[in-house]
Amino acid sequence: MSYTPHTPEEIAHMLRTVQAESVDDLFASIPLPLRSVGALKLPPPESEQSLLRSFAQLAGQNESADRVPSFLGAGAYHHFIPSAVSALASRGEFLTAYTPYQAEVSQGTLQAIFEFQTVICQLTGLDIANASLYDGASATAEAVLLALRATRKRRVYVSQGLHPHYLEVLRTYTAQLDIELESLPLGSDGRTLVTDLREDTAAVLIQQPNFFGCIEELNTVSETTHAAGALLLTSTSEPLALALLKPPGAVGVDVACGEAQSFGVPLGFGGPYVGFMAARSKLVRQLPGRLVGETVDKDGRRAFVMTLTTREQHIRRERATSNICTNQGLCALRVVIYLALLGKHGLRHLARVNLSLAEFTKQQLREIGCEPVYTGPTFNEFALRVPELEQRLSKLAPNELHPGLRLDTYDAARRDQLLVCTTEMNSRADVAKLVEALRL
Amino acid sequence: MAAKKDYEIPEDCRYTQSDEWVRIDNDGARIGLTDYAQSELSDVVFVELPEVGSQIEAGEPFGVVESVKAVSDLIAPISGEVIAVHQALDEHPEWVNEDPYGRGWIVCIEPEDAEALDSLMSTEAYRKHVEERAAS
Amino acid sequence: MSGPGRSGLLFDESTLFERSRPGRTGVQVEPLPASVPLIDPQAIWGAEHVRDDIEGFPELSEFDVVRHFTRISQWNLGIDSAAYPLGSCTMKYNPKLNEVVAALAGFQSLHPLAPDEATQGILALGHALEQALIEISGLDRVTLQPAAGAQGEFVGMQLVQAYHRAHGGASRNEVIIPDTAHGTNPASAALSGMQVVEVKSGPDGTLTPEALAAVVGPRTSALMLTNPNTLGIFEHHVQDLANVIHEAGGLVYLDGANMNALLGVAKPGDMGVDVMHFNLHKTFSTPHGGGGPGSGPVAVRNLLAPYLPTPIIRKEGDRYRLDHEFPHSIGRVHAFYGNVGMWIRALAYIRSLGGTGLGEVTQMAVLNANYLLERLREHYGTAQTGRVMHECVLTDKLQQEHHVSTADIGKRLMDHGFHPPTIYFPLVIAGALMIEPTETESLDSLDGLADSLIAIAQEAKTDPEHVRAAPHRTFVRRVDEVRAARKPKLRWTPPERE
Repeated sequence: MSYTPHTPEEIAHMLRTVQAESVDDLFASIPLPLRSVGALKLPPPESEQSLLRSFAQLAGQNESADRVPSFLGAGAYHHFIPSAVSALASRGEFLTAYTPYQAEVSQGTLQAIFEFQTVICQLTGLDIANASLYDGASATAEAVLLALRATRKRRVYVSQGLHPHYLEVLRTYTAQLDIELESLPLGSDGRTLVTDLREDTAAVLIQQPNFFGCIEELNTVSETTHAAGALLLTSTSEPLALALLKPPGAVGVDVACGEAQSFGVPLGFGGPYVGFMAARSKLVRQLPGRLVGETVDKDGRRAFVMTLTTREQHIRRERATSNICTNQGLCALRVVIYLALLGKHGLRHLARVNLSLAEFTKQQLREIGCEPVYTGPTFNEFALRVPELEQRLSKLAPNELHPGLRLDTYDAARRDQLLVCTTEMNSRADVAKLVEALRL
Repeated sequence: MAAKKDYEIPEDCRYTQSDEWVRIDNDGARIGLTDYAQSELSDVVFVELPEVGSQIEAGEPFGVVESVKAVSDLIAPISGEVIAVHQALDEHPEWVNEDPYGRGWIVCIEPEDAEALDSLMSTEAYRKHVEERAAS
Repeated sequence: MSGPGRSGLLFDESTLFERSRPGRTGVQVEPLPASVPLIDPQAIWGAEHVRDDIEGFPELSEFDVVRHFTRISQWNLGIDSAAYPLGSCTMKYNPKLNEVVAALAGFQSLHPLAPDEATQGILALGHALEQALIEISGLDRVTLQPAAGAQGEFVGMQLVQAYHRAHGGASRNEVIIPDTAHGTNPASAALSGMQVVEVKSGPDGTLTPEALAAVVGPRTSALMLTNPNTLGIFEHHVQDLANVIHEAGGLVYLDGANMNALLGVAKPGDMGVDVMHFNLHKTFSTPHGGGGPGSGPVAVRNLLAPYLPTPIIRKEGDRYRLDHEFPHSIGRVHAFYGNVGMWIRALAYIRSLGGTGLGEVTQMAVLNANYLLERLREHYGTAQTGRVMHECVLTDKLQQEHHVSTADIGKRLMDHGFHPPTIYFPLVIAGALMIEPTETESLDSLDGLADSLIAIAQEAKTDPEHVRAAPHRTFVRRVDEVRAARKPKLRWTPPERE
């Protein structure tokens, strides 16, 4: 297969135009010792037909959630994606466009991002949102960097309910900075305990719902945080919960960020996903990433354009608010299409379905002696204590069922704990299978 | 093109290499951006102001001015304590373009040393400084 | 005038929120099983935790949504519709095959935390892509985790710093960056806590070993080099530059944004490069999606391998596993493993073309850029005297006397049905128009683009006002960026709240 269109005659014509004897001549500026001899040693070219076959074979070696009942969540959620999402997002006009630097030929992308920013504001109850970030983890790290810039302080308290991968990314992003990351423990109800904050506190970071699925109590955290002159940051990896939860903006959160994969972006083995970030308007000039604003064209018609670009790397270079350039435009487009389809009622109903199925499953598991680790309320995911977990799991045939995430993966002290997630994709039969598998 | 333009450079101000002006008035030393600077930046969209009561140091940045395409630091012409900032620029950044020496002023400071002004450029010296750059 | 008409439909498509009608919905949510009761969240969470509305949220039918996004898509220009000669962005054709294979259910519905035995297919695919990038780069190891080029740069800088710390060079915190570099280079260095030392390129647009020697020192951590550079010129001193850096105890980072000029022609590993990133969305044909997702794998020499992000893919016999036990790793930069969907597309592209096909990509990309430059040389200022690699940089020097600028030329090109080139970059060239045609544009397309640019150069003389007022035929006319920045309106709000 080749995607280069020229015929030998055309190549000859072009070489004459550029006064070169051969294509090789065009590479004369590369010193000879650096020029490769022979072609790259790669597998031989394959036809489209053959490639389709070999990739289908690779895909078939994966036990994906469409084939194996799965109760895995933990930052990646298996939700139904209406057909219209892919149909619209795969339109070449969206798919094959670049970042909308040239507004006059990019109104489609720009309006879609403006609408994305708006739905993120509506869900989070905050004033402004950016055009997306790489994923929930880097969005969380960027939120912390934002708080450090905005407050010029150096201490950040991080809840132990933060996704361990998000914490790892946060550590990588801040490794070279002269700051302190402090850990906030969880109470027996699974909620973060926030007590005395030191004066040099830039931010308190809480995941909502947290990694163990628990709904955090943010009103009091917000009071304590603001009394210390710090910003309250929340990170959300299951944003479907925001359809029912009091919005972060209404409970004192200054920056709400997270992962929007749940909204129409496939599991895809972890990516591409789409990070979001919303904030109070006073923080607008500290926001990382792209922003789209409404304006008018020279005839006075409504138009959209990337704005406040002086925060960004292509202008401010080493003093930019972030190094981010490419973001997750196409995934953000999927999110806004998905949310438009679900709409206010569909999304809220879907969230109730998720909550209801989780409560049902929790109850069924209780009946076989598996108790939740925490007493606090949860959304569609919960940490479960399964006595003799290892023994029960060993009875499972490989790839019969993915019963959830073993929490001793991250913390050896959490032996016998399983993080179980249910979504609308899990049938009653799936739940029965899970209960059967965990029954001793 | 730009070289032909006649920039306003009032006689009652002193000037810096980095295109700030400073003028002593009843309140203290008022500081802003010159006509040349606003014209080079084009449409100013935002001015980041220091806090009232903060200290600014001659030669050091005390704020930032942004146009659509560029960002530039505001450099303090002289040292002193900030006694007023032009908060209305939040709503009307265009004043920096429309009236750079009047309602486009940026901060007002209490100078540490009134003599410090003498080390800055006069109208004539600054005009030469502008013309040199416009020519290159 | 000749050329295309207005593109797209002329419906005045308002936002989702204005089109919303109370009570409409676009989906039928799967009903709960009959035995599962529907729960009121207030009963579980307490009323204080529950919202009773999502204010302003859209309420639309499926058909409303389909029409809306179809209409606004038609106001967009993509590479599928027209040539998109954005310099440094490599807007090549995005093969449809790649989209089909990436959408296979075995990839799309795969949970990232599924056990290794459930993910053998995708791990094998990742491993194969790593091997291909190792061969193309001439380096030793690859991580696929960075989500975009800029994150790759950040990872590269972290790796370099980790190496220095482990070798007694903790005080090495200066990164040398040429004045022609992409803005992400200094921004990534700064994010890594490093100081940026800018170095000027020489008269022919390339960096000289002398200029570099003048700025290296005991604090030198790395040189960040783009090769070919953003002027489309091969940094022919690259080996000497690498020697200068290595002798000073530093490492060489290559910004691989311009790898489309090097496939099968020269390997970064042979140039003395120690670490580099790829942009799968540039060189390897994955779609740009209106601003991402990208993917920015990083290739390194063995000396940096101990510090790669976790986890890494290990091949043991004919099995694959994710290895998290990596004590010297800089840590994660992604919640999971990176933009996996882009890996699938990139590997499909590499497998489609094979080694010879990839070599041809570079040959034709360079031929196309030189052909365009030759056709335009008399009509525009140029930043290069001789030949170029995969892109060329023109300027508005000849149009200035008519008061027509680079921005005007770019906007007028839209009226001819093309996307404008990258404008005002690189920063070192006044009024730059940076043109990268890529290998997938046909001769007709290149001639069409050249004819249009020549016509615009003529029009700049005869009717400069018309050029300055461009675009004339797009869905919206020139947009007011100043107004957008002075009074930012970053979300829709209901009229009564304005």
